Amino acid sequence: MTAQVPTKTTYREAVRVAIREALQRDERVFLMGEDVGRYGGCFAVSKGLLAEFGPERIRDTPLSESAFVGAGIGAALGGVRPIVEIMTVNFSLLALDQIVNNAATILHMSGGQFNIPLVIRMTTGAGRQLAAQHSHSLEGWYAHIPGIKVLAPATIEDARGMLWPALEDPDPVLIFEHGSLYNVEGELAADAGTIDICKAAIRRPGTDVSLITYGGTLARTLQAAEALSSEGINAEVIDLRTLRPLDSETIVASVSKTHRAVIVDEGWRSGSISAEITARIVEQAFYDLDAPVARVCSAEVPMPYAKHLEDAALPQVPAIVASARRLVSGHE
Amino acid sequence: MSEFRMPSLGADMEAGTVVEWRVHPGDTVKRGDIVALVETEKGLIEIEIFADGVIESLVVPEGEKVPVGTLLAVVRDEGKPPPAVKIEPVKAEPRAPAPTEAPPTAMVPPPPAALQRPRVSPLARKRAKELAVDLATVRGTGEGGAITEADVERAAGRTAAGAPAPAAVPPTTAAADRLAAMRKAIAAAMARSKREIPHYYIGTHIDMSQALAWLTEENLRRPVTERLLYSVLLLKAVALAVHEVPEMNGLWIDGAFRPGTGVHVGVAISLRQGGLVAPAIHDVDKMQLNDLMRAMLDLVKRARTGVLRGSEVSDATITVTNLGEQGAETVFGVIYPPQVALVGFGRVIEQPWAADGMIGARPVIAASLAADHRASDGHRGGRFLAAIDRLLQEPEKL
Amino acid sequence: MNEEGGPSRAIDREHALRLLREMILIRRFEEKCAELYSAGKIRGFLHLYIGQEAVAVGAMQALQPDDAIVATYREHGHALARGVSAEAIMAEMYGKVEGCSRGRGGSMHLFDAATRFYGGNAIVGGGLPLAVGLALADKMQGRNRLTACFFGEGAVAEGEFHESMNLAALWQLPVLFCCENNLYAMGTALARSESETDLCLKASSFEMSAWPVDGMDVVACEAAARRAAESVRAGGGPHFLEFRTYRFRAHSMFDAELYRDKAEVEEWKKRDPIPAFGARAKEEGLLEDADLAAIEDAVAAEIAKSVEFAEAGTWEPVEDLTRFVYSERATSR
Repeated sequence: MTAQVPTKTTYREAVRVAIREALQRDERVFLMGEDVGRYGGCFAVSKGLLAEFGPERIRDTPLSESAFVGAGIGAALGGVRPIVEIMTVNFSLLALDQIVNNAATILHMSGGQFNIPLVIRMTTGAGRQLAAQHSHSLEGWYAHIPGIKVLAPATIEDARGMLWPALEDPDPVLIFEHGSLYNVEGELAADAGTIDICKAAIRRPGTDVSLITYGGTLARTLQAAEALSSEGINAEVIDLRTLRPLDSETIVASVSKTHRAVIVDEGWRSGSISAEITARIVEQAFYDLDAPVARVCSAEVPMPYAKHLEDAALPQVPAIVASARRLVSGHE
Repeated sequence: MSEFRMPSLGADMEAGTVVEWRVHPGDTVKRGDIVALVETEKGLIEIEIFADGVIESLVVPEGEKVPVGTLLAVVRDEGKPPPAVKIEPVKAEPRAPAPTEAPPTAMVPPPPAALQRPRVSPLARKRAKELAVDLATVRGTGEGGAITEADVERAAGRTAAGAPAPAAVPPTTAAADRLAAMRKAIAAAMARSKREIPHYYIGTHIDMSQALAWLTEENLRRPVTERLLYSVLLLKAVALAVHEVPEMNGLWIDGAFRPGTGVHVGVAISLRQGGLVAPAIHDVDKMQLNDLMRAMLDLVKRARTGVLRGSEVSDATITVTNLGEQGAETVFGVIYPPQVALVGFGRVIEQPWAADGMIGARPVIAASLAADHRASDGHRGGRFLAAIDRLLQEPEKL
Repeated sequence: MNEEGGPSRAIDREHALRLLREMILIRRFEEKCAELYSAGKIRGFLHLYIGQEAVAVGAMQALQPDDAIVATYREHGHALARGVSAEAIMAEMYGKVEGCSRGRGGSMHLFDAATRFYGGNAIVGGGLPLAVGLALADKMQGRNRLTACFFGEGAVAEGEFHESMNLAALWQLPVLFCCENNLYAMGTALARSESETDLCLKASSFEMSAWPVDGMDVVACEAAARRAAESVRAGGGPHFLEFRTYRFRAHSMFDAELYRDKAEVEEWKKRDPIPAFGARAKEEGLLEDADLAAIEDAVAAEIAKSVEFAEAGTWEPVEDLTRFVYSERATSR
C-alpha cells in the first residue's frame, strides 16, 4: 500500500477514525460510555458512529461509572473487546475500585489465569475554566498502579495510532486525551499506521537541556523550546507518550547528553509523575547531571475558576523557559 | 499426648488472655468443644479444641496474657488413632539473622563535624578529575556559585594556556577529610597514652569450653533474632570482674584514681572506611545478656553510621577490645586515657589442654590486661584476669 | 412474599447422596480451615461458609459447565460445589504455588479458569459489575449461557449493587443475582443498614424478577435456582434470588460476635441444612445411616489428602515475584 498524501484533520477526528477502524477491523470491539451514541460523544469524538455501527456497538450507558467500567472488565474477561469511555478523568474516581481492585489485579490474583484486554479512554486536564472538580490531571496517579498501562497521546499521529496497539494489548490500557487537544489541527496520512506505545518520542532534538513532558503540555513545551533557541539555548523536547511503563531509556539517554532536565507536568507537583521521573534521572544519570532536575507543575491548589488564576496555576511557557534558562546559565 | 496452644484468630492478633477455662484436668473433650474464653482486642472469643482426648493439665492460668502459639494445655489421647496428618503449629516466622559483628580493636574520639562541602556538580567533579584540575582554584558560575563543567573546562584551558600546572591534588571528599581528622585524633591520644601512662601487661589463657557449650545450648532455645554472640559473655565477665578488682574501673585525673560510679564498658568498634571508636555501654554489670546483646548490636550499627550519643563517647570507665575476628592470638593494647585499663581478647583457638591429669583439645582464648601502674599493680591485675576466667567457667550465672 | 419451599421435582437417591456429600464436604473443609488457621497455617483473613452450605450446593445444580460464576471472599463453598478440587483450594489457602491461584490470591481470591470461576472478590459489591460484563459478552456474542453472581446482603448497601442491577435489567443481560442474606454484614444487622429490608422488593424495583428462598433447605435452593436459571436462559432477563440463610460462625476468625445473641445462633443451628436434609432423605427412604457414615469417611479422606497436598506443596520462588502483573504473551489475540 503506497503512503497516501496527508490530509488536514484534527486530533478529535484522528481519535474517531481510530475507533471506527477498530470497529471495522474486529467485530468484537465496541464502544461503551455515557453519551457516546445519541449525543455523539461529550467531546464529539464518536459523532456519527452510532449511525454507522448501531446501538449494540456504540453503547450508551447510564451514569454508572463503577458498573459500566466493571462491566467492561467482565466483558473483556468474557471474550469481547470493549473500549470503555469515561467522560473525564474526574468521573473515573467513581470507578476507581473497579480499575484498581479488579482491572489491575485479576491477572495477578488468579495466578495468571485471567487477563483483561480492556481499553479505557478518558478526557483529562484543565484550561477551560471548568473549576476544581472538572480539571484534574490524574494520569500520573494511575501510573502508580502495577497491572495497567497508561498512555497520553499528545499528537494527532499518536491519537490515531495508539488505539489499535492498546486494543491488541492483553492487559488493561488507559488512554488519556487532554481536553485542549481535540481541536488541534494538523496533517495525517489516511493510512497512517500504529505507533509503538512503549517508547517516548523525541519531538525536537537538542543539546543543552532536556524538556520532558506528555499530553496537554507538549505544545507549550515546544513553544518554550522555540523561545529558548532564540537565546542560544538548544533544548531537546521529549514526549513521554507512555506514563506506565515509563521509557527510562530515552529519558536517561537524553539527560546524559544534555546534562540538564526540566520536567513539565500538569499534575500537582507533590508526588506527581514528575517526581518519579526525577528519581529515575537521579538514579540512572546522576553523574551526568550538571544541575539539579527542575520541575514545572501545577500549583498546589484546586483549580480555580477565574481565568487569570487558572492560568497562574497551570504550567506556562514563561515558567518553562525560565526554568531551563536557570539550569543552563545559573540565573533566571 | 497433644498440645493445645493459643490459636491465631486473626492477622493482627498477637496475644490473648485466658479469662475462663471451661474444662478441668480429667475432662473428656472432643473436636469442636469450646475449652476456654479468651480476651482479645476485639472482645471475648470462645476457642475450640481440634482434637479428641482427656485434659491432662492446664498450663496457663486464668488472667495471664500470652502470645499466640503459647502452650495452654496438654491433652492425653484416649485410645483414638492419631490423625492422618499431624498439624505442627507454626512457630514465629524466622526473620533474617542479625548480622554478626564482633567489636574489635583500639579506640578513638568521635569523628569531627563534616567539613563544609563546596557546590560542585557531579559532572564537574568528573571533569575536574579527568583534567587534573584543582577544584579549589575554580570559580563557579552556576546557581549559588556552584562549579559547573564549563567552569572546570575554562580553568583547564587557562592552565593549559601557559600558567604552571598546579600540583596534582588528589580529589578530596568529605569522607576522606573525616578519616584524616580521625587519624590525627587517634595519633594524639595514643601518643599521650604511651607518654603518660606507665603500662604493665598481664596475660592468661582461658578455657572457653564451658562458655561456648552453654552458649550453643542457650542459642538453640532462642529464636534466631535473639541469639547471643560469645563477645557478650566476655563483656559481662569483665564487668562483673570489676566488682572484685575495682581499681580497674575508673579514670586517672589530676594525679589520683577516681573509681567509676558505674561499670561503663567501652567497646572498641572498627569503622568500615577506616578509623576506630570505642563508645560505652552503660552499667554492663547490671545488664541481662539479652539486653547486652541488643545494646552491643545497636551500638555497632550506630557507630558505623556515625550516630553516637555524647554520653556514649565520653563515659567509658574501662575498655574491651576483641580482636578474635581479625585473627590475632594475643592483644597487647594501649590504654585510652584517662581510663586505667584495657582488656584484650584474641581469637578462640582449639588447643591441647591439661585438666584433671588428662590431655584434651579445648577452645582457648588469650586474655590480656593492659593496666595503669599508677592505679594498680600486677598482683591486682592478675586477680582481675583470674576473676574473668572464673566467671567464664560459669556462663549460666553471667 | 412467601418463601419457596418443598421440592418441585422428585429427587432420586443418587441426587440426594450428591447433595449431602457436597454439603458435608464444604462443612468439614471449613472446619479444617478453622483448625489450620488457628495453628497459623492459613494466614490473612478467613471467612467460613458454615451454615450456608445449602445455598451454594443447591444453586450450583442449576448451572451448566460453561456458565460463569462470580463470588465473594466467603467463596470456599462455592468453589468446592463448582468442582474446584479441595487440593487446589487448600494449597491456595496455604499460599503454595500448587494452589488454584498459585498462592497469589489466598482465601479471598480463589480463581479457576477451567470451571469459569471468576473469584473470590474482597470488595463488597465489587463482583457485581464483573458479572454484568460477563453476561454482556455472552449476549453480544450470541452465546446462551448465564453468569451467576453470589453476594451477601451487605452488598445491597453499595452503589455498585444498584448500578449493576439497573444495568443488567436495562440491557436484559443473562445474570442470576444470588443474594445470600445471612442477616449480618460483618457486625451490622440488615435492619440497621437498610431503610427497606425487603430485598426482593428492592430488586423488583429494577423491573427484575425476584423472589425469596429458604436458604437452609437445599432442595428449595435447587428448585429456586433451576426455575430462575431456566427463565434467564429463555430470555427472561436477569433474575434475583434472596437466599435466607445464616452463618453459624463469626464473620471471620477474629470476631468476638458482640453484635448478635448466642440464643439467636442456637435457634438457627436447629435448622442446620445438613442434618435437616439428611433426616428428610432418610424419611423418604432415599438413604440410610450407613450412607452418611460412608460420606463422612470419604470426605475426611478427601480433606486429609488436600491437607497433605498443601503441606507438601512448594513456595513460588521469590525471583518470580513480579510475574503476572502483565500478561506474558505479547498480544491478546
